[in-house]
Amino acid sequence: MTPAPLSRREFLKAGALVISFMMPGTVGGTLGRASATTAGKPPLTPDELDSWIAVLPDGRVTAFFGKMDMGQGVDVAIAQIVADELDVAFDRVVVVMGDSAVTCNQGGASGSTGVQRGGATLRYAAAEARRILLERAAERLSVEMAQLTVRDGVVSVAGDPRRRASYGELINGQHFHHKLEWNKQYGNPLLAKGLAIPKTASEYRIVGTSIPQRIVADKVFGALPYVTDVKVDGMLHARVVRPPTAGCAPVTVDESSIGGIPGARVIREKELVAVVAEREWDAVRAAATLKVTWAQPCTPFPPMETLYDHIRQAKPIGGGLPVNKGDVDATLKTAHRVIEAEYEWPLQSHASMGPACAVADVRADQATLWTGSQKPHYGRNGVAKLVGLPPEKVRAVWVPGPGSYGRNDAGDAALDAALLSKLAGRPVRVQYMRHEGTGWDPKGPAAVYRARAGLDAQGTVVAYDFLGKGFSRQDVATTESDPKDTLAGQLTGYAPKPTVIFQVPAEAYDFANKRCGWECIAPLLDRGSPLRTGHLRDPLGPETHFASESFIDEVAYTAGVDPVAFRLKYVSDPRHVAVITAAAEKAGWTARPYPNPRRGKGNVMTGRGVSYTERNGTIVAVVAEVEVDRRSGRVWAKRFTVAHDCGLIINPKGLELTIEGNVVQAVSRTLFEEVAFDRNRVLSVDWASYPILEIQDAPERIDIVLINRPDVAPSGAGEPSTRTVPAAIANAIFDATGVRLRRVPITPERVRAALARA
Amino acid sequence: MSERIRLVVDGKPCELTAEPAMPLLYALRADLALNNPKFGCGLAQCGACTVHVDGRPTRSCVTPVGAVKGKKITTLAGLGTPERPHPLQTAYIGEQVPQCGYCLSGWVMTAAALLRDTPKPSDKQIRQALAGLKCRCGTHMAILRAVKRAAGANA
Repeated sequence: MTPAPLSRREFLKAGALVISFMMPGTVGGTLGRASATTAGKPPLTPDELDSWIAVLPDGRVTAFFGKMDMGQGVDVAIAQIVADELDVAFDRVVVVMGDSAVTCNQGGASGSTGVQRGGATLRYAAAEARRILLERAAERLSVEMAQLTVRDGVVSVAGDPRRRASYGELINGQHFHHKLEWNKQYGNPLLAKGLAIPKTASEYRIVGTSIPQRIVADKVFGALPYVTDVKVDGMLHARVVRPPTAGCAPVTVDESSIGGIPGARVIREKELVAVVAEREWDAVRAAATLKVTWAQPCTPFPPMETLYDHIRQAKPIGGGLPVNKGDVDATLKTAHRVIEAEYEWPLQSHASMGPACAVADVRADQATLWTGSQKPHYGRNGVAKLVGLPPEKVRAVWVPGPGSYGRNDAGDAALDAALLSKLAGRPVRVQYMRHEGTGWDPKGPAAVYRARAGLDAQGTVVAYDFLGKGFSRQDVATTESDPKDTLAGQLTGYAPKPTVIFQVPAEAYDFANKRCGWECIAPLLDRGSPLRTGHLRDPLGPETHFASESFIDEVAYTAGVDPVAFRLKYVSDPRHVAVITAAAEKAGWTARPYPNPRRGKGNVMTGRGVSYTERNGTIVAVVAEVEVDRRSGRVWAKRFTVAHDCGLIINPKGLELTIEGNVVQAVSRTLFEEVAFDRNRVLSVDWASYPILEIQDAPERIDIVLINRPDVAPSGAGEPSTRTVPAAIANAIFDATGVRLRRVPITPERVRAALARA
Repeated sequence: MSERIRLVVDGKPCELTAEPAMPLLYALRADLALNNPKFGCGLAQCGACTVHVDGRPTRSCVTPVGAVKGKKITTLAGLGTPERPHPLQTAYIGEQVPQCGYCLSGWVMTAAALLRDTPKPSDKQIRQALAGLKCRCGTHMAILRAVKRAAGANA
């Protein structure tokens, strides 16, 4: 089955916008199978119930979701919530997302808040829709609302089921035209509520069940259109030509050098150079062939081997002290014993499975963007600003992309495509090449952490001091809503304005004197930098908690206390205690001396490590078991046990798969990933120069304990376990070898060197 | 110079005009509008473009289209259909393997060849056969489960 090309007409139909209705639980709005018009629908504002829920005459329900699913099934969870609140069967609910013309901006995929925040408004809206439909049914059937029951979208009088009306009859082909109370916010904070009180967890029937993602079948049969597959009439293929050395502007561009390639031509706007051609392969060849002379290298980067010294020595441009309890300095001075350690985490790439692609059709009075970005509403805003149109004249349509874990290269591709379409006067498809996907995406920041702890004579922690210092996590913003945060903007005159933002550990250790602070340093290059930082899955989470949870283990070791018992000694919140305890029990953890006295006499040493963290209400504990090969230095993170509490669980199987993905990707980041660079350029440009985990290094087993808290509103799961994994591995390596690895990635070379020093 | 090139793709004879040096991937995606093999790297480092050429898993992003004239090309969409799924496709759905799903052609086409040649592979054989493939979402545990499940279905 081949997806049909998307005609421009389909997306730009004047007046009556086409909405498409998909199979339940599937994505997108514009690639669908059946359609209806929006005649008479109120304007798309968050205070209209119709902006969230549509009930069709046949009883099907559409939920308009302004967040996004990136493959973990958030849309299925939303459909479950809506189905339960409305009392309709799951199969009747379709979730439409990612189209700025039919969904409100709830912030896109962002910070694991799809269910936590995005689901909240959908829950309220669905409950309100049910309340209104019941109100109408009560009038129609001449009974009190309290006498009504609903089953799969059919309202009937309790005890007299012949007196009934279906939702389809009650809505009668109309819209609700009903106002919600909206907090006037857009993005993640957006919240809209009606008068209805949503159900309690005990009333849910569909929430809590493992409904599969139907879109999986489309993927598995090769039938799902991705953003890379979008074709628009009259579309040109473009490739962007990046400078070989960072920060260098083009001096001369020799268009005659591509004269032999059919239809290929150069598009240049200030420092942005691109080629376009009618055929994709010709664009690829033209980009590889084009002769450009670039300005002399400006040597913006320190030698890679001095990166951490650079961070230590650089003058801070901002900082904070969000945790400052008691008198840490005085207590450290009088402590019986002081432990101190430093940890280092490198720059890392999103390195999405495919480099980004975007298609844009920019006209004089309107524009359409097809993007794989996880924040299409913001892509709309960025395109509008860049091409000089009001945002309401730009429509952004999300089409599944080649993986997204934050602000990856998709945001840059979107604005590149828009600018090139405007300049070319035709629709343009920008497909990045691999070196752009890995070499030019915004990077996860590098950081150095210094931790100190003071123990009294009994081994109790009396002072704890944690300082992180590194690059901000937002040299470019979390979204592409402003050209200054994209390469297209930065190369055409928009000066970057980094946000100074960092992070401190999230846990519940109750130390009598406790201080957690941070300092940010300036970006290495003030324009178009391939080492600019941006949000990469759980921004600064793995960095920070690799340091903090490794250090807790070092303190426990020094205090002579079992690492699980040590953590439990300082944590009193019952949910936190339950998570740590559950992971330890499931892993069969019993206190014993460590490093592991039975680590193995041969070349393979075995050990275990524990780690625990919190993230925006979600609590995770991880026990890792590793094998360390003494000769090769290879670490195999062989087994994980994860205990996870994110409040009310919507879809247990989806949650387990999400946690597995977190764990495996975090293993990759801990053991394999580091962006390499020289004084002028990024050297990690493909999978050979930026290796990630492959299947021989996948764990043997991941056991997951889901702790369901029906009385606690759901929090996120897309990122929390990512931050817990790195220290669990490092702590297990210490248990296996007696050697502490404090720099990521923990490569075989580094392990061998550490063992040789020991 | 461009020339006429004939292929048999997913059982159907196809013809296109292209430079023989152009990678097969571009012929499939651009000329034949078969979108399921994906561009991941263009360097044969990830597997997202994998198709079978006369039954052999092949990285179409580095295979010149001129080198596969007249050969039988099978893509993920030709491996099985919703009506007649390949056991791996059934297992992938059962295990809910993919997240972004962009890497699927590499894993499924490579594993299909493995199961054809080694119907009951060990865990080690599976990991060896699938070495070199990339999945950025980290679905490896589910991939292993699905390949074992499909192998179990190989009666």
